Amino acid sequence: MELDKIEELLEKYFEASTTVAEEEALRAYFSQESVATHLEQYSPMFQYFSKAKEERFTKQVPLKPRRNYYRWSSVAAVAVLAFGIYFGNDYLEQKAQDEADARYAYNETKKALNLLAENFNKGTEKVAYLKEFEETKQKIYKNN
Amino acid sequence: MKQAEFLNVVMPFKDKLYRLAKRLLVSREEAEDATQEILLKLWNKNDKIEEYKNVEAFAMTMTKNFCLDRLKSKQSSNLKLVHSNYTDENKSLQKEVEAKDSVNWVQKILEELPEQQKMVLQLRDIEEYDFEEIAEMLDMKPTAVRVALSRARKIVRDKLTEKHSYGIG
Repeated sequence: MELDKIEELLEKYFEASTTVAEEEALRAYFSQESVATHLEQYSPMFQYFSKAKEERFTKQVPLKPRRNYYRWSSVAAVAVLAFGIYFGNDYLEQKAQDEADARYAYNETKKALNLLAENFNKGTEKVAYLKEFEETKQKIYKNN
Repeated sequence: MKQAEFLNVVMPFKDKLYRLAKRLLVSREEAEDATQEILLKLWNKNDKIEEYKNVEAFAMTMTKNFCLDRLKSKQSSNLKLVHSNYTDENKSLQKEVEAKDSVNWVQKILEELPEQQKMVLQLRDIEEYDFEEIAEMLDMKPTAVRVALSRARKIVRDKLTEKHSYGIG
């Protein structure tokens, strides 16, 4: 590119009225070997810009860990909850059933014991007759 | 958005984020940490990412804010300067040394600029964004961007000429 064009661009450049393409042309001019001596002072600037562009981010992009933990923890929580509800319900039902069984057994036992007691009472009534027998026996003894 | 898609979106501009972070934070480690942090934040927002019309500009703004916060919190303690190595140029040794020196000077001069000018210069002369994009990223008016840019370029020029004519290096 002709020198006067470059000079003109430089002037515009420092007023920040160059376009991106014109700045590219400037960088291209200053990256070549032969630069007009009176413009040499500007070349480090443009060379630096060209060089700075080449710097790269070399570290790994760290994406996986944190997020996935969050995601799976919610799944795990739901699983535990569902498990709890499902089997917890069963457990409660089982418990209620057991209780009903126990109550039934208790009632049955009570009934049976009542029956027994009744029959015992009947027995004691009958035993009362034995007293009669004893009395009569005593009478007979006395008479003899 | 899946991880692979996300990487496709992010890959083209991750270096730009890193370079902006490095321009502001100077230290390479700091800039790397900052970039990772930004990418992670972006990834955590990834279900909303499609709503942003310009993810790159959004990420740049995030980087800017993150680094400025970082600088504020680090103000009391000094940041370490870590200079990256420059690659060879195919010139004679004498010229190479000279060039390396003055290119180094540019970096030093840039470090002395105020943050806003640093960012404007970085985004324009190195990343080649146009004024509207820079204005959006930095939340400035395009005219203000132009003024800051002109000022920054002139400061660099003046300091460089100073060094050049006194021959200090």
